[in-house]
Amino acid sequence: MKRIVYREWRLAPARYWGILGVLAVMVGAGLLAFAYMEHEGHWVTGMNNSVVWGTPHVFAVFLIIASSGALNIASIGSVFRKPIYKPLGRLSGLLALALLAGGLMVLVLDLGRPERLVVALTNYNFKSIFAWNIFLYTGFMAIVITYLWSMADRKGDPFIRPVGVFALLWRLALTTGTGSIFGFLVARQAYDAAILGPMFVAMSFAYGLAVFVLVLMFGFAEDRRPIGARMLRRLKNLLAVFVLAVLYFTLVYHLTSAYGAKDQGLEGWLLFDGGVYTTLFWVGWILLGSLVPLGILYHPVRGAEAPWVAAACVLVILGGLAALAVVIIASQAYPLQLFPGKTILESGFLDGVGGQPAPYHPTLPELLLGFGGVGLALLITAVGVRVLQFLPESLADEVLPIDEETIEQPVAKAA
Amino acid sequence: MSERGTEIDRERRRLLGAAAGAGVALVAPAVVVRALETTPRDAPVDGRVRWGLAIDTAKCAAGCTACVDACARENGLDLQHPPEGAEPADWATQRAVWVRKVRLRDDQTGRETNLPLMCQHCEHPPCVDVCPTGASFKRADGIVMVDRHTCIGCRYCMMACPYKARSFIHEALSDQLSHVPRGKGCVESCNLCVHRRDFGLPSTACAEACAETGHGAILFGDLADPDSAISRFLASEPTRQIREDLALNTGVRYAGV
Ligand code: SF4
Ligand code: SF4
Repeated sequence: MKRIVYREWRLAPARYWGILGVLAVMVGAGLLAFAYMEHEGHWVTGMNNSVVWGTPHVFAVFLIIASSGALNIASIGSVFRKPIYKPLGRLSGLLALALLAGGLMVLVLDLGRPERLVVALTNYNFKSIFAWNIFLYTGFMAIVITYLWSMADRKGDPFIRPVGVFALLWRLALTTGTGSIFGFLVARQAYDAAILGPMFVAMSFAYGLAVFVLVLMFGFAEDRRPIGARMLRRLKNLLAVFVLAVLYFTLVYHLTSAYGAKDQGLEGWLLFDGGVYTTLFWVGWILLGSLVPLGILYHPVRGAEAPWVAAACVLVILGGLAALAVVIIASQAYPLQLFPGKTILESGFLDGVGGQPAPYHPTLPELLLGFGGVGLALLITAVGVRVLQFLPESLADEVLPIDEETIEQPVAKAA
Repeated sequence: MSERGTEIDRERRRLLGAAAGAGVALVAPAVVVRALETTPRDAPVDGRVRWGLAIDTAKCAAGCTACVDACARENGLDLQHPPEGAEPADWATQRAVWVRKVRLRDDQTGRETNLPLMCQHCEHPPCVDVCPTGASFKRADGIVMVDRHTCIGCRYCMMACPYKARSFIHEALSDQLSHVPRGKGCVESCNLCVHRRDFGLPSTACAEACAETGHGAILFGDLADPDSAISRFLASEPTRQIREDLALNTGVRYAGV
C-alpha cells in the first residue's frame, strides 16, 4: 500500500473558469433574488401568514444537514478507524464547510430584517433553540477548520482522532439542534414526535453522502483521476444503508403518528389527499428518493457502474428536497387543530375552513435564493480543491489503504 | 418531564419573567394602571395586574365584525394596502390580521358558534420561548408583544404559536400610527392595545366596539384582581382556554365553546 498523495484540482483554465462562471451566476442570481425580496418585502414570495417558512427553508435545512452528513466520511475514516475512507477526509471537511456556508446564506438572506443579523448575534435568548444553533453553527465551522488542519499538517497527526471525535459529537449536536427547531413546535401535530431527531440524523447521513459522492465523482472525472471498484462499492453500500435508515425512520414516524388518534387527520391528509404534498411524499420522498435509488445501488450490475451510482445520488438529493418540503411546508399547510370536534365554517384568517389546507405557491425568487445557496456551497468547494490539496491523486484499488484496521496494523503505520 | 421538573421550570420561567419585566420597566415608559387610577408614564409596568379578555361566545353575533374593524382602525392595520401587482387572493394570505372572526359548527350537535380569535397572551408563551433575539417578550402585566426594533423577521414565533395569532409584514408600509410602530419584515400581533394601557385608558378597541354594538361579548380587565368584572365573570361562568391541553394558561378565556 502506498502513501496517499493529494493534489490540487488540475483542470485546463478555460474549463475551470467555465465551471466557476456557472456557479458564480447561480450565486449572483440568488443574491439578486434576495435584493428583490428585501426591497419589495416578502409579498413577492409564496410565503404567507400560514406557511411562514417556504422553499428557502427547504434548501437551507437541506444544506445544513447535508453539511453534517458530508463530514461523516471523515469521521468514519478517523474516529471509527476505517483507513479506506481516510483519503476522502479532506474533501469531506471542505464540503461540510461549504454546504454549511450555503445553507446559512439562504437562511440569513430570507430573514425579514437580514440587516439586523448583528442583533441576532448580540442579543441571545438562551431559551431559544434557534439562538443555540447560532453557536452550534459557528462552532462547527471552527472545529472543521481545525480538523482539516490536523489532517493536512504533519504536526496535526496526533490530534486527528481527538479532534475527529469532538467534531463527530458536535456534528450530532448540530443535526439534533436543527431537528429540534421543529421538535420544539409542540403545537404543531407534525412535529410533536420524538422520532424527528434520529430521522434528521439519518437524513443528514444520506443526503450528505449523496452530495459527497457526486462531487467526488465529478471532480475525479474532470481531472481524469481514477476511482477504483473497491472505493465505489464501499461508498454505494454506505449510501444504501443510510437511505434504508431514512426509509425506516420515515415508516416509524408516519406509523406512530397515524396510530396516535390526534394526528390521524394530519396523517390521512398527508398520505392520501394532500394533493401536491401527497405526491411529494409518495413519489418524491418514498419512490424516487428511496426505493429507486435502493434498487440501483443493490442491483448486482448497475450498482457497480459509476453513472448509475451517480444517478442514485441525484435521486437521493431530489428525494431529500421533497422530504424536507413535506416536513417543513406540508405541516404548515395543514390547518392547526384549534377546535377538536368542530368544523370551521368561516374564518377571517384562513383557519382551514372545512379542513382546507393553507395555500402556498413558491415563486421564482425563492427558488433562485435556494439555488444560490447550492451555488455558493459548490463555488467554495471548487475554489478550495483548486488552490489547496484536498483531492487524492488516485482512489484506484491498489493505492487504497485497507478497509478495516486490525491489531496488527495500527493506525500510525496504515496512514 | 417529572412533576418536580415542571415546577422548577415554571419557577425558572417566573424568574426569567421577572428579569424581563425589570428590563422592560427600565426601558419602556409606562404607566401603572390599577383600578383605573393613572400614574406617570415613566413608572414601571405593574406586575400585580394581569390583563386578559373573556369572550362570551353566546353573545358574539354571526356576521358582525365590529371588533375586527375597530382593531384595524385603532392599530392602523387599515392603513396597510396591497402592494402594486399583488394578486388579491395572495394578498389575503399575506396582510396582517390581529383579530379574526371564526364561525364553527359542532360535528355532533350541529350547533354553531361565533368567536373572535386573537393572541391569547399565554402565561407560558411558546413564541417568547423560541424567539432567538428576545424581541418577542411578555410584560410584567401579562401582555405578550414584539419589540419591533429587535425582531429580525425569522418567523420562528409564528411557527411556534398554537393559535396562528401572528402576522408578518410582507411589504413596505407607507403609513402608520405613531403610537403603533410597525414595519416591513417584522412580526406583530394583538398587544391588548398596549398604548392604551400605557396612557391609562380603559378597555381595548375591540371590547369597546363590541359593547357599542350592544353585543357585549368581549370583556377586558385584570385577571389578577378578584373584584374586576372579568374575574367575576370567570368565577360565575364555565369558561375554557383554546388548546387547554398545551397548558399555556392563556389570558383569553372563552365561554360557550
Ligand atoms: S397566542 Fe401565540 S402569539 Fe400570543 S402569547 Fe400565545 S403563543 Fe404568543
Ligand atoms: S420573527 Fe421576530 S419576534 Fe418572531 S421569533 Fe423571529 S425575531 Fe422573534
